[in-house]
Amino acid sequence: MTADISLTPPDPKDFLDTDSLFDEEERLLRDTVRDFVRKEILPNIADWWEQGVFPVELAKTMGDMGLLGMHLEGYGCAGTSGTAYGLACLELEAGDSGIRSFVSVQGSLAMFPIWKFGSEEQKQEWLPRMAAGEVIGCFGLTEPDSGSDPASMRTHARRDGSDWIINGSKMWITNGNLAQVAIIWARTDEGINGFIVPTDTPGFEAHEIKHKASLRASVTSELSLDDVRVPDAYRLPGVSSMRGPLSCLNEARYGIAWGVVGAARACFEAALDYSLERQQFGKPIGSFQLTQRKLVEMMIAVNRGMLVAHHLGRRKDAGTLTPHQISFGKMDNTRNALEVARTARGILGGNGITLEYPVFRHMANLETVYTYEGTNEIHTLIMGQALTGIEAFS
Amino acid sequence: MQVVVCVKQIPDPSGTYTLDPETHFLVRPDEQVLDDTDRYGVEMGLQIAQAHGGSVTLVSMGPKGSMQGIRQALAMGADRAVVVDDADLKGSDALTTAQVLAAAIQRTGFDLVITGTESTDGYSGVVPQMLAELLDVPALTYATEVEARDGKVTINRQTSAGYDVVEASLPAVVSVTAGVVEPRYPTFKGIMDAKKKEVEELTASDLGVDTSLRQRVTAVEPAPEREAGVKIEDDGEAHLKVVELLQQKKVI
Repeated sequence: MTADISLTPPDPKDFLDTDSLFDEEERLLRDTVRDFVRKEILPNIADWWEQGVFPVELAKTMGDMGLLGMHLEGYGCAGTSGTAYGLACLELEAGDSGIRSFVSVQGSLAMFPIWKFGSEEQKQEWLPRMAAGEVIGCFGLTEPDSGSDPASMRTHARRDGSDWIINGSKMWITNGNLAQVAIIWARTDEGINGFIVPTDTPGFEAHEIKHKASLRASVTSELSLDDVRVPDAYRLPGVSSMRGPLSCLNEARYGIAWGVVGAARACFEAALDYSLERQQFGKPIGSFQLTQRKLVEMMIAVNRGMLVAHHLGRRKDAGTLTPHQISFGKMDNTRNALEVARTARGILGGNGITLEYPVFRHMANLETVYTYEGTNEIHTLIMGQALTGIEAFS
Repeated sequence: MQVVVCVKQIPDPSGTYTLDPETHFLVRPDEQVLDDTDRYGVEMGLQIAQAHGGSVTLVSMGPKGSMQGIRQALAMGADRAVVVDDADLKGSDALTTAQVLAAAIQRTGFDLVITGTESTDGYSGVVPQMLAELLDVPALTYATEVEARDGKVTINRQTSAGYDVVEASLPAVVSVTAGVVEPRYPTFKGIMDAKKKEVEELTASDLGVDTSLRQRVTAVEPAPEREAGVKIEDDGEAHLKVVELLQQKKVI
C-alpha cells in the first residue's frame, strides 16, 4: 500500500523539496556559506563586477571558515564530503561565478595537485597556508595555442643539474596576478610534469587580461615563463602524464556542475520575484501565460540541475563517479543555467540589463563557464566517446 | 573562566512568522535558526574564553526542534549546550524564562553570563536584568565593549549621549549589543565537530521551576500602516511652507 499524496503545495523556491536530500550537517554548512554570501558578497558584488576587481581581502575569511581545499583531508583542510564541497560551490556561485571560480581554482586546481601528487615536504610547506587563505594559488595548463587540446602544450622544462629551467606561456589563468604560487604544467623528457613555482621566481611574469565582458569579479591573467629556474624539489613527484592536470580538472568540473545551479537559482528567484511585483496591463506580469511558461521552465531547469548535482555528489562520496558523468553534469547544468539566465533577463525587461539585479551579471559570467573547464563541445565528445567507444577529437 | 552564553532558536527571520489564532503564540517550525543577535554574545564569550582560558557553555530555553540553531552556535566553537525544552513552558513570560535560565545556569556554574539585549522574536528586553537579579549578581547591560579579567568585568554601556564605563566584580551578567564584536562564521571543522558535542536536555521540573502562566496575550493587532506624508510642490515659496510646518510641530 502506498501512502497518500500530500496536498501541501510545494515551496516555489524549492519545488521538489531538494532540501530534504541533505542531512542536517550538510544543510548547516550550506547555510553558513549562504550567510557568508549574503553578508559579504551580495552587498558589494555589483561594484566589484563593474570595477573589475576580486575582493582578495575575503581570502582570509574564506580560509578561516574552511572553504579553501575544503574536501581535502589533513594539512589544515576541513576534510568535508564531496557533496558538501558541491553545496558550497552552489551557494558561492549563487553570489557570483567569479567568487566560486576563486575557490575552485584554489582548492581543486592549485591545492589538489599538491595534495594528490606532491611530496610530504611540499604538502607541509604549502597546503596549510593555502587552506588558511594566506597563500593564493593558480593553475597553469591552458596556453594561447593550446586550449581544448592541452596535450599540445609548448611550455617545456629541461633539467639543468639538479634544477629545472621552464619556458613557455600560459593563458586564461584565474588568480594569476593574485597568486603567490603557480602550478605549472610543462612538457619534459619524462612526459608532462607539474611544478610548484613561486610567482616571485625570476623570469616569471603575470599580465592581467583586461576588458573582459564576463567574470569581471575575478582576476584572469597570462603567465610568461622565461628561463624560470626551480629546484627538483619543486616538481610534483607523483605524476608524469596528462593524468595529472586532467585529474585536477575533474575536481573543478565537478564543482562547476553544482555551482551553475546556484547561478541559475539566483536568476530564477530574481525573475519570479520580479514577475509578481511588476505590473503591466493592470496586473503582475506573472499573470500572463507566456511569463508563467518561462517561470516554470526555469524552475524545472534549476530543480533538475540540483538533482543531477546531488546524484554526482553521492557518487563522488561513494567513489563511483566517472569523468564522463562529471561531463554530463558540467555540460548539461551549465547550458541550462545559461538558458535560465537569458530567460530571466527577458522577464526583467530593461531592468534585466542593469547591475541592480543579478541576472545580467550571471548571464555574462555563465558565458565564460560555458567554455572554460572543458567547452560544451569537448564534454559532448567525452560522452560521445563513452557511448560509441569512438574518440571523435583525435 | 567559565562563560555561559544564553542563546535562543527562532524561526528563520527571512521567512514569514505566523501566530496561533487561539493562543497568539508564535508558531515555531521544527527547524529554527540561531537568533542573529546571539552570534555577538557567542563570539564575545569565545573571545573571552580563548584569551583567558576556560569554556563556553550555551544555555537555551524553547522547543529544541532539530537543534539547528544550537548546532550553529556550537559550530562557532562553544564547548557544550544545555537546552531546556518543556511543553509546559509554552507561552511563558519573561520572568519564567529568566527563572528557567537562572536555574540552568546555577546548575552549570558560571563566572560570566553573556546575553543579547533582546530576542528578535519576542523583544521583551528584560530577561538579562531579571537573570542577574535571580542569580544575585550585578547586571551590566547594553555593552558595546567588554573586558573581563582578574575577577572583574568592565564594559562600555551604550547611552543616548555616548557611553558609560561600568565595572563590576565577577560573577556577573553582561548583555551585549549587536556590533560589540564581529561574529565569526562557523567553521566547517566546527560544523563537523558540532554533532559530537554534548547537549544536555532538561525539563522545567528537572530545574524545579514553577511553569504556571502568569501572563496571557489577550489580543494581537497588526501594526498600523504608516500614514502618507505631505508633499509640497516647489513653486518658489515651498520653503515658507516647510518652515510653517516645522513651527507647527514645534521643531523650530
